[in-house]
Amino acid sequence: MLKIENLKVRYGGIQAIRGISLEVPLGKIVTLIGANGAGKSSTLRSIAGLVKSKSGTISWKEKNITTMLPEEILAQGVALCPEGRRIFPQLTVLENLKLGAYIRSDKNAVEESIERAFKLFPRLKERSWQKGGTLSGGEQQMLALARALMSDPELLMMDEPSLGLAPLLVEEVFRVIREINKEGKTVLLVEQNAFGALQIADYAYVLEVGEITLEGKGEDLLRDERVISAYLGG
Amino acid sequence: MKHSTKIILNIALIACFGVFLFWAQGNLDGYKVQILNLIAVNTILALSLNLIYGYTGMFSLGHAGFMAIGAYVCAILILPAAQKEMMYILEPVIWPFSVMHAPFFAAVLAAGLVAALLGLLIALPVLRLGGDYLGIATLGFAEIIRIVFTNITPITNGALGLKGIPAYANLPWNFFWCILTIYVIVKLLSSNFGNCLRAIRDDEVAAKAMGINTFRCKAISFAVGAFFAGVGGALMGSLITTIDPKMFNFQLTFNILMIVVVGGLGSITGSVIGAVVITILLEWLRFVEYTVEIGSFVIPGVPGMRMVIFSLVLLLIILYRREGIIGGYEFSWDDLVKRVNARRGRK
Repeated sequence: MLKIENLKVRYGGIQAIRGISLEVPLGKIVTLIGANGAGKSSTLRSIAGLVKSKSGTISWKEKNITTMLPEEILAQGVALCPEGRRIFPQLTVLENLKLGAYIRSDKNAVEESIERAFKLFPRLKERSWQKGGTLSGGEQQMLALARALMSDPELLMMDEPSLGLAPLLVEEVFRVIREINKEGKTVLLVEQNAFGALQIADYAYVLEVGEITLEGKGEDLLRDERVISAYLGG
Repeated sequence: MKHSTKIILNIALIACFGVFLFWAQGNLDGYKVQILNLIAVNTILALSLNLIYGYTGMFSLGHAGFMAIGAYVCAILILPAAQKEMMYILEPVIWPFSVMHAPFFAAVLAAGLVAALLGLLIALPVLRLGGDYLGIATLGFAEIIRIVFTNITPITNGALGLKGIPAYANLPWNFFWCILTIYVIVKLLSSNFGNCLRAIRDDEVAAKAMGINTFRCKAISFAVGAFFAGVGGALMGSLITTIDPKMFNFQLTFNILMIVVVGGLGSITGSVIGAVVITILLEWLRFVEYTVEIGSFVIPGVPGMRMVIFSLVLLLIILYRREGIIGGYEFSWDDLVKRVNARRGRK
C-alpha cells in the first residue's frame, strides 16, 4: 500500500500542497481529481522523487520512500508516467521502450516486457522503428504508457493520460488503464476528466488548492452533488 | 551485415586513408599538409563539442578553456627543460614544471586528463543549470582560464606564451588521435549510455522518471567532451608550435560551434564533414580579405571579412537547414549497401 501522511510541498514562496494524506491499496485504481493548479501533478512528482522541497512522509509497502532518489523509488516498483506524454522525440519507439526498462538488468525479461507492450498496443509494434516525435498524439500517449510499464512497476502513477486526446482515444486510454489494473498493477491516476476517472476508480480523492476536500468510492463521488456541480458540469 | 565484415571494412577504410596520408606527406606542399592537420584537429574538437551540445543538449561555450588547458599541459610536458629555462624571461619557471618531461603520446593523454578533471570540477556546480545559463557559466569559465593563464607567469610564461613547442603533431599523430576520438565517441553513443544522453537532451524530467541518474550521465558526457577538447588543444599547440593565452578566446569556441552546427547537431558524420568543409573554406575564403583592384577602382581588404561571411552562412543554415548540411544523415555500412543495392535495382 502507498501511504501519504501530511505531505507539504513548496515551490518558491508558494505552498502548492498544504498537508494531504491519502492511501492507495494494492491492486486498486485510485484517482485524484481536481482543477488546474490544485496540486495533483505536484503530488505525483513528490511521490516519484522529482520534487525535493517536501515534508511529511510517503511510504510504499511499509517502507519510507520520502527522501529516496527517483531511481531508487523506481527500483522499489513505483513508476510515473509524466504529464504531457514526454516521450523522447528523437529516439525510436523501440529505444523509448528500452529506456523505460533502464533500471532492469535482465535482458530476457526486458524482451518479454517489450513483447507484452506490443501486444497491449499493436500500433506501437507497427511503428517500432519510427521516431517518437513522428507519432500522433494518441500514439505518443500509448508509447508513454507502454514506456512507464517497461520497468515492470507494481504501482503505476499516471498524470493526465487523457489530456489533449480525441474522445474516442480517451475511452481507449481508460480501457487500457483498466486492463493494466487487471494484470495486477496498482494504479494512481490523476485526471481532469473527472467523469472518466471516477468511472474506473475504486476510490477517489478531490484536491482543491493543495488540500483534500472530499474522498470516497468512485461511484459515490459520481453521484455527489458537490462533485457534479464542480467537475462534472451538472 | 555481419559484425566481423564491418570490422574488416572499417580496417580497410582506415588502411586506405593511411595510404592517402602517406602519399600526402610526400607529395603535397606544406600549406596543404597543414590544412589536413587542421582538419584532423578540428574534427576532434567538433566531435567533443557535439557530444556535449548535440547529443547531451548541454549548451557549453567553454571549449576554448579546455583547449587552453590541454595545450599548456602538453606544451610544458614536451618542451625540453633547457628551452623552458631560456624562454621564461619575465619570471623563472618554478619546480616541478621546470623539469617535467614526457613523450608526446603521454603528454597529449595527460593534457586530455587534466582538461577532463577540470571539466568534472566545474561540472559539479554548473551542470545543475540548464540551457542558456549553462552557456553563460561555461563562457565565464573559459574566460577565467584565460585570465589565470595570463597571470600565473611562473608556470605559463604569462602573456608571452610558449614558443618553439616541438612540432610532434604531424599527420600520423593527428589522424591517430582523430580516429581514436571517432571510435570512442561512436562506441559511447551506440551503447545504452548514448541513448541515455539523447533521452536527457530530449526531455530531462522524463529521463529522470525512467530512473536515469541524469546528473551522473551529464557529468560523464561533459568530462569526456572536455577530455577530447584538451587533446585537440594539445595537438593544436604542437601543430602551430606557439601558444599564448590570447589565442584561446571566444572566437575559437565559436569556430568549433560553427563546425558542429553546420555539420548538424547530433550527427557524427556531420561533424567530420563539417570540419573538412569549414577548415578548407576558412583558408580558401582568405581571398575576400585581400585588396581588390578593378581597373583604377580599389576595394581595400577588410581583415575579418571571412568571419562575416561565415556568420551569414551560419545564420542561413540555422534558418533553413537546422539539421545541418548533410541533413542529419549518419554513415553506416548497412546503409551504404542498401543504397548501392537500391541503385542497382533501378538500372
